[in-house]
Amino acid sequence: MKTIRIGNGQGFWGDNVDAPVELLRGGPVDYIGMDYLAEVTLSIMMRQKLKNPRLGYATDFIDFIRRVLPELAEKKVRILTNAGGLNPKGCREEIFAVARELGVSGVRVGVVEGDDLLSRLPELVAAGHPLANMDTGEPIAPYLDRMTSANAYLGARPVVEALDGGALIVLCGRITDTALALAPLIHEFGWPSTDWNRLAAGTVAGHILECGAQATGGNFSRFWQVPDLWNVGYPIAEAAEDGAFIITKHPGTGGLVSVDTVSEQLVYEMGDPTAYITPDVIADFTSIQLAQAGPDRVQVSGIEGRPNTPFLKVSASYLAGYKASGQITLSGPRALEKARLAAEIVWKRLERAGYAFDPEHRSEEYLGVGACLPGVFEAPSEPPEVVLRLGVRDPSAERVERFGKEIAPLVTAGPPGVTGFAGGRPKAQPIVAYWPALLAREEVESRIKVSVEEV
Amino acid sequence: MRIALSAIAHARSGDKGDASNVGLIADSPELYPVIRQEVTPERVKEHFRRLVRGRVERFEVPNLLALNFILHDSLGGGGTESLINDAQGKTHGQGLLELEIEVPEALLPRR
Repeated sequence: MKTIRIGNGQGFWGDNVDAPVELLRGGPVDYIGMDYLAEVTLSIMMRQKLKNPRLGYATDFIDFIRRVLPELAEKKVRILTNAGGLNPKGCREEIFAVARELGVSGVRVGVVEGDDLLSRLPELVAAGHPLANMDTGEPIAPYLDRMTSANAYLGARPVVEALDGGALIVLCGRITDTALALAPLIHEFGWPSTDWNRLAAGTVAGHILECGAQATGGNFSRFWQVPDLWNVGYPIAEAAEDGAFIITKHPGTGGLVSVDTVSEQLVYEMGDPTAYITPDVIADFTSIQLAQAGPDRVQVSGIEGRPNTPFLKVSASYLAGYKASGQITLSGPRALEKARLAAEIVWKRLERAGYAFDPEHRSEEYLGVGACLPGVFEAPSEPPEVVLRLGVRDPSAERVERFGKEIAPLVTAGPPGVTGFAGGRPKAQPIVAYWPALLAREEVESRIKVSVEEV
Repeated sequence: MRIALSAIAHARSGDKGDASNVGLIADSPELYPVIRQEVTPERVKEHFRRLVRGRVERFEVPNLLALNFILHDSLGGGGTESLINDAQGKTHGQGLLELEIEVPEALLPRR
């Protein structure tokens, strides 16, 4: 039976830049998916695009293309990515420029557009779409002038269209991570759009792949069982036409693919396990069967799905004030007592200067004595050192900046044994808050555009 | 006998808005019903009482020998608004493995 190999070379923007190159060179692979967009990344790209209309995409992706384009073209390994961000056409122009520079021709690059809804928000609200926040239930209307991005999660279909059009590289903006794995399966095997079980299988494959090394031994509870984590191989799904697949990695790489590592990735960011909702299908994670099929090979089968919903998820973001945090290290005798005194000094000095922050808008954490999991571990009574981490948030950038000025004085005007204050005063950073919502899918799907062009 | 979950299960956690989720996976089919009976949403809420302000929801995923817990209001505002060090609940899975439960001795891993 024909199988195709789909790898993931980038789990998020900031992931190992060598991973996709090693995936390409370390053994056979037909498709590589690469994710660059966290929930609020698009609002950062919006700021970049406002400054320079040619930007607004993941520039790291261009660095990758520059390293490997001749090899991609020669081996016909196809790349699927959301690196296009808010400007996939600009990203394509840059790839074409790189191709000309490297003397590579005959490369087709597909662009998927239609996810960006920011300019359409007022019109959508006027047409009666509440775009209510899925976490709080609030309607979007009062927030319209603060919105910094709004993008619908697209499904696999437009990517399939680009692949059918011969694209070696497909550039998307907001799209589900799972669609990047499902699309090549639909393209290769011609799965119908109502074959819910197989669409669910491709979606589960995508979920296992989407966080890169988290399927192959990274972030694994029994880390001591994982060989050569420094050289971890990124995950590959070997998928067959019937919807069953094997999760593996290239030979000679580090890491571990076992029922345990794959199970941990399946439960990662899980909600209701019977309803993993994507634009393409609803996958039932309680149907998944796992079996070890050899060293670093896990068979995944039995997956069931149900019809997709009439809605698409919209990921929007808005400006929600400012925040800053800073930290110092307190070492030596009575370290925790000294850290508490340092925090008290900061809050009291701010209060006297007219910059009081209530407990809901400030934080103080004592790293090293169980701060991440308060109440779970018993704190050591005499830790040799403690990191004090202080933070505030406020609608006013000026008030947050004032807080930033109170950390450095602790070095000379606080308790003894203060160190580790580096990097200057903490600066006020804009808080770009996340706004998840649902929208009737026809509002988006009727306007999706796919274009494939050749350099 | 009383034993920490880390000896008989493994876990992974992540964020969903201002909630975190912890997937807890039993080491064997025999241990799964024990863990399902012992690790109730109430026990998890009590274990994380200083961390979780909201309710704890539990889903069963028997085919993976897993329980999935949703810890509502546990990230100090969630995502980019949060000021805390672990704003994505990345450590919550490791924290749950510290919970101690009663397990029949016959089911424990041999040393």
